[in-house]
Amino acid sequence: MSDTARSAGFWKRNQLKIAPWAFLAPGAIMFLLYVLIPIVQSVWISFHDWDGLGDKVWIGLGNYVELLDDDTFYVALKNNLIWLALYLLAIPMGLATALFLNQTVWGIRLYKSLFFFPFVISQVVVGLMFTWFYAPDFGLFSQLIKWLTGTEIAVLADERFVTLGIIVAGLWPQTAYCMILYLTGLNNLNPEQIEAARMDNARGWRLLWHVILPQLAPATFIAMVVTVIGALRSFDLVSIMTAGGPYGSSQVLSYFMYEQALSEYGYRMGYGAAIAVVLFLIMMVFITLFIVRMIAQERNR
Amino acid sequence: MFPTPIQKASPAARIGYQVLLPVALMIWLIPLIGVAVTSLRPASDLAAGNYFGIPSGLAFENYAAVFRDSPIGWYILNSFKVTVPTVIGAVALSCLTGFALAVYGFRANLWVFFAFVAGNFIPFQILMVPVRDMTLRAGMYDTTLGLVLFHIAFQTGFCTLFMRNFIKGLPFALIESARVEGVSEWRIFRYIVLPLMRPAIAALSVLVFTFVWNDYFWATVLVQGQHAMPVTAGLYSLNGQWVAAWHLVSAGSIVAALPPVLMFFLMQRHFIAGLTLGATKG
Repeated sequence: MSDTARSAGFWKRNQLKIAPWAFLAPGAIMFLLYVLIPIVQSVWISFHDWDGLGDKVWIGLGNYVELLDDDTFYVALKNNLIWLALYLLAIPMGLATALFLNQTVWGIRLYKSLFFFPFVISQVVVGLMFTWFYAPDFGLFSQLIKWLTGTEIAVLADERFVTLGIIVAGLWPQTAYCMILYLTGLNNLNPEQIEAARMDNARGWRLLWHVILPQLAPATFIAMVVTVIGALRSFDLVSIMTAGGPYGSSQVLSYFMYEQALSEYGYRMGYGAAIAVVLFLIMMVFITLFIVRMIAQERNR
Repeated sequence: MFPTPIQKASPAARIGYQVLLPVALMIWLIPLIGVAVTSLRPASDLAAGNYFGIPSGLAFENYAAVFRDSPIGWYILNSFKVTVPTVIGAVALSCLTGFALAVYGFRANLWVFFAFVAGNFIPFQILMVPVRDMTLRAGMYDTTLGLVLFHIAFQTGFCTLFMRNFIKGLPFALIESARVEGVSEWRIFRYIVLPLMRPAIAALSVLVFTFVWNDYFWATVLVQGQHAMPVTAGLYSLNGQWVAAWHLVSAGSIVAALPPVLMFFLMQRHFIAGLTLGATKG
């Protein structure tokens, strides 16, 4: 048997074993290199003092100990929790909007697209829009507040309202996202179940709660995933609208990390990495929950 | 259908609904409408304090000024240089990975799949320091190529999830009968599965285009100078220069937002199909 024939035979026999890895290799290598390995490297770097250029100096848990003493860290942590809690409002708001728009009247398709609009726009632009919206003197929102209450509030310069103001800006595209998920879900409802429930005189809220919402569960799950992840990832709006100010009062972990790692007073890569690890661990709690559920669904297929 | 079709309601309710629709839309889009109007308002209006009244004229001049006096045209070109290769790269890689995970039942299959899915949800900050360092060492810091490679790798996670589920939905008998015929695995992928993936490829292309176009974080982390800066980071730096020149900021914002918006309107069906993947049981 010649060499080529033998190798062809080997390929024929083992094709089904080798093929998946050959198909996986290019994508998996890229993903390993740019996503999975850097996670491990970040954890490693978080145990060091490093300016990004010179040698890394091992300081063990030093960065984490410093973090526990850093007031900004607690402000950021608190704000992340506020983000998480309030961002979830996007889900009922999205559902309400979807229910409002789930009709077949003239032009409804265009209305749906235009309601979805905020999600397509870059968060940088959303941030600038809301900065303008809130601007004292000439912002539409501050004029409205002035007209209603007689006093002017500079939302983004006021420690009491700044985080709230940014979250509202974030809720705008996020509600649109949840709305589109629910509109798709509503399109795929089981009409027989609804008719049967209507026969039994279920109407309005009861029908929604007992019949519709259970059928919308897959949409709700995805809305939860993207909203929780979106809330904890919030970076763009904070960076654009306040850069964490005034006096660090609108900090979140993602921006705090960026600011420390690439600080204008010298790069603190190790400290930044430690903040990133904390954020990563918080998100891992949620990611694990999501994945466990997805695996369960996968097994049920 | 839920809620009850408005056609079954009283005529008054029907009219009420038709009136409420545009009103609700106007309120929903107030920030956008405000910025759009401001972008066409002459600078003299703003100077005179005419922020909300009827503009004294339509100042398309603002848009001309943005392109003439700022490098925004260059930034937009950079955004295309980052976005288009990323779309091609991520979609191509995920066609392969999606096929591998959907068609073959090897032991590590689910683990590999969920590694892609989980990687997709992590915070960018955990990647920032090592990726920036790696890009610097490779001499790709401050280049569009550096951004492209990262985006391809990261988007492959989401795209793999999408492609794998899409291929799972195709009839497996097609692949089996080809195998019986002795068709090689590569040819099965190339000539049987790939042609059926067109809708998935279209949906992913628009989604990845929008995600990458709108990326701001990596644009600030991996790029410093003007020559490689995408429009999101560019707009932010211009915002610093145009202090309180809201007519210019607005015009720049609209320009930066336009490409994904156009993409969305042209490919709406695909866009929504991609975004709502998994939102139904089907």
